[in-house]
Amino acid sequence: MANMSLEKNPMPSQDPVERSRNFREVALGYSEEQAIDEAKRCLNCKNKPCVSGCPVKIYIPEFISKVAEGDFEGAYEIISVSSSLPAVCGRVCPQESQCESKCVRGIKGESVAIGRLERFVADWHNQNSKNSARKPSSNGHKVAVIGSGPAGLTCAGDLAKKGYEVTVFEALHLAGGVLVYGIPEFRLPKSIVQKEIEGLKALGVNIQTNVVIGKTITIDELVSEYGFEAVFIGSGAGLPKFMNIPGENLKGVYSANEFLTRINLMKAYKEDGNTPIQRGKKVAVVGGGNVAMDAARCARRLGAEVTIVYRRTEKELPARLEEVEHAKEEGIVFKLLSSPLSIKDNGEGWVGSMVCQAMKLSEPDDGGRARPVPIEGETFEIETDAVIMALGTSPNPLIKSTTEGLETQKWGGIVADESGLTSRVGIYAGGDAVTGAATVILAMGAGKTSAAAIDEYIKNKNNN
Amino acid sequence: MFEIIRKKELNPTVTLMEINAPLVAKKAQPGQFIILRVDEEGERIPLTVADYDRENGTVTIIFQVVGATTEKLNHLNEGDCLCDFVGPLGKETETEGLKKVAVVGGGVGCAIAYPIAKKLHEIGCEVHTISGFRNKDLVILEDEFKAVSDKFILTTDDGSAGEKCVVTEPLKRLLDSGEKYDCVITIGPLIMMKFVCLTTKPYGVKTIASMNPIMVDGTGMCGGCRLTVGGKTVFACVDGPDFDGHEIDFDEAMARSSTYKDFERKAHEDTCNLFKKEVK
Repeated sequence: MANMSLEKNPMPSQDPVERSRNFREVALGYSEEQAIDEAKRCLNCKNKPCVSGCPVKIYIPEFISKVAEGDFEGAYEIISVSSSLPAVCGRVCPQESQCESKCVRGIKGESVAIGRLERFVADWHNQNSKNSARKPSSNGHKVAVIGSGPAGLTCAGDLAKKGYEVTVFEALHLAGGVLVYGIPEFRLPKSIVQKEIEGLKALGVNIQTNVVIGKTITIDELVSEYGFEAVFIGSGAGLPKFMNIPGENLKGVYSANEFLTRINLMKAYKEDGNTPIQRGKKVAVVGGGNVAMDAARCARRLGAEVTIVYRRTEKELPARLEEVEHAKEEGIVFKLLSSPLSIKDNGEGWVGSMVCQAMKLSEPDDGGRARPVPIEGETFEIETDAVIMALGTSPNPLIKSTTEGLETQKWGGIVADESGLTSRVGIYAGGDAVTGAATVILAMGAGKTSAAAIDEYIKNKNNN
Repeated sequence: MFEIIRKKELNPTVTLMEINAPLVAKKAQPGQFIILRVDEEGERIPLTVADYDRENGTVTIIFQVVGATTEKLNHLNEGDCLCDFVGPLGKETETEGLKKVAVVGGGVGCAIAYPIAKKLHEIGCEVHTISGFRNKDLVILEDEFKAVSDKFILTTDDGSAGEKCVVTEPLKRLLDSGEKYDCVITIGPLIMMKFVCLTTKPYGVKTIASMNPIMVDGTGMCGGCRLTVGGKTVFACVDGPDFDGHEIDFDEAMARSSTYKDFERKAHEDTCNLFKKEVK
């Protein structure tokens, strides 16, 4: 009998005051009882609208019915068919705008907590299962994957399962891409990312860190000298944007990328960390996306009073609702309809304050989008000793500039068709490197699609 | 892991290490840099490539012990391994077509100036080198520079070796005497490079400065190494590290380079305590 409760089982979480002082995970995860109870809310619809909302097409009702039966390993096996990183996706996917937005239960009441169930299943497997992945027998074909973020790892995992010999090249000293340098520990514990990567290694994926493709080795060399038959570029969108306003190069102004990398990858938040970070007392974060929320919540945990400065209203915040709510609970202040004009010196070369322009929303334009416009003469100054610019990122030009014939868009994104094929035969691309900054799951979807296309390409090439 | 093949103390604070890193050695060019981590918990630090041996697959770095990481690095010996070593990063120094160049190095910056002087010499360019140090005990690579320079001038602040002056004095003298350089290339402390650029500006001589700001990833991702050059924000790691010295905002670069001064001083002291060594 289905559980007809209109609401999701709430996610057990760390107390907001407590957690705003530590880097431990905020959401604690369902117990077995909660998971089974939540799974019973699923009506097992015949036409499965939820699956259509999932970029990697996980067999959602099927895995949920396994959970309802208490067969958690069975549920894991079903998810694994479609997703290489369930413990990650269960945590960072915007389910509310994907699978859960299509859930029939959401028409009247709340949707089934698909994301929380996915997370539960992956965590249960990681804690209880002794079944480790085994390396399939090799088909003798070599594929190179550039970047070890969600797109690259997914592509690598799918190809390895088909027997390809996959090498992943990572520029940093640690694999995981944005999952390790960008998303903070309290949202995605690094031990979980590590576990997923260990799983890929068990499948036979070879991960080479400290190799910058375009510098250490070029794509053409991967093909001509190293014998890779196909290449997947999942190098992400790592280049930070700045506002080009006066004072932006003062000491204490960070890109969100730098701030988060110092904290997440380099562990600057630890008291005995070897990498320094400025621990501001009053921090202003400019931007309204998930990265802005991550940066703000990190700064909060380092002991600062934090203000998010965003030029539109709360309704337009691009961040996930859950992230905005978590940020508010932790005491982060939102200064909306405000756009920075300049950053002022404290007299010693450090940030002292930020001057902002008050904004209002214009009448919606033809596209229905209201633009923020300045309110003439209304400016104000906020006192701050650190500013974090979270304005978005663009793809890194290193690969483009060293790969002849690889077409890119004006803004830097690599041109690729639906299968991920670029303007060069045998070279595929996907994730943020193609789309510009987007989500983990979209990158995974792209990695998956390209893995299938690469498989086809290599098979056809060798049949002819 | 990246093994230390050779270690040599060049002076009491400057050490040379030859590191086994075949992929980097295969591609490295003068002016480029690498990023290393000494151990699992270590910070990432950029160091300019001082030399490379493509056949043996080694890259030479020369560093001054200035902080916690270089202190730890200096305690490693031949046979020990570095945890991470990535590169070559940044753009190489442009040498093509140069016929006559003045290379002006200061302190440990001379270690980076040397491979450039050597390359210029190899392509048949006339090289005038001015190399400046605080005192005679700190002088490095004197013989090496002499071997690749058509003119070599050594200066020390206290006059204990070479001329008693700063590097800009002989540079000005050479320019006044009518030497016509295609380019002046300067590598050393920011304050020295600033004054080299101020010295050459009135003569209209193109001047290239090699910048070494604070950075994390070295691939354009963090933006921590940003500089203002010609009124525009650039990233030293991918747009440089060489820039037109007459366009660089050196005062801003100097301010930014001091961001973690207090942290670094304390970290260095802690590391020295760990090694039971007196802080210099």
